[in-house]
Amino acid sequence: MTLPPYAQLLGVTLELVDDVPEIVMPFGQHVVGRPGYLQGGAIAGLLEVAAVAAVRHALAAEAARIKPINATVDFMRGGRDHVTRAAGEITRLGARIATVTAVAWQDDRARPIASARMNYLIERVTG
Amino acid sequence: MDWNPTVMARYLLETPSVAGHGGRLGQRYHAHGDDWIEVAQPWHEGLVGDEETGIIASGPIIALMDVATSLAVWHRCNAFVAHATLDLRVDYLRPARPHQTVIGRGECLRVTRSIAFTRGIAHDGDPDDPVAHVAATFMATTGSYPRVAA
Repeated sequence: MTLPPYAQLLGVTLELVDDVPEIVMPFGQHVVGRPGYLQGGAIAGLLEVAAVAAVRHALAAEAARIKPINATVDFMRGGRDHVTRAAGEITRLGARIATVTAVAWQDDRARPIASARMNYLIERVTG
Repeated sequence: MDWNPTVMARYLLETPSVAGHGGRLGQRYHAHGDDWIEVAQPWHEGLVGDEETGIIASGPIIALMDVATSLAVWHRCNAFVAHATLDLRVDYLRPARPHQTVIGRGECLRVTRSIAFTRGIAHDGDPDDPVAHVAATFMATTGSYPRVAA
């Protein structure tokens, strides 16, 4: 799975953990909001990359275009100057719509810094 | 600190030591009115989420609207107040056109002691044909927001 140019801008990489894609974002000045904290947009971007990776992984080799419909992001605690990880869990994968919940955490996955529920339109490429 | 929307938005977005993520994305102040403020997000390769089409990822749109709605709160309060995004919802009405600058417009609906409610749109030239619609809430992280006349 290749990540889009935007993922490179965020400085994230993909790791497969127990066959689940996890997106890893090291801390850096390019993702800072207020001093010492991650910007909400950078966290949301990380969640988005993780959600799309989860859908791509579920679709495996199938050629499809994944288009975002909407996203609701909840910020639970400030993201500090640590590595942040995110993973998407597919709630439903239908013929046309995928619903994904993505979670981002730092030291402890049980204490997420943010989560998002995202809907995607899947356009399968045939022939 | 006196709140001047143009000066403060430029300071927050365009000062390298302050700008952080918004600066990395290339965001800058665009315009403001009495009850709105706009931030511009010029297109560049690093924003792309779909290499086949050149359409930018949704992350930069969320980041843009997070900034635009944040600025709208400070604009409404006439002051800079430390705050954090509580939640942000975005509906993508249509893809932004590749190579077009995306404009994020934020409006503050109401400010209470500790919570600010906002909405916004992103457009790529025509505010009547938006790319995305956003609702976001913020929480004052230290102290409270100043009292704002309804």
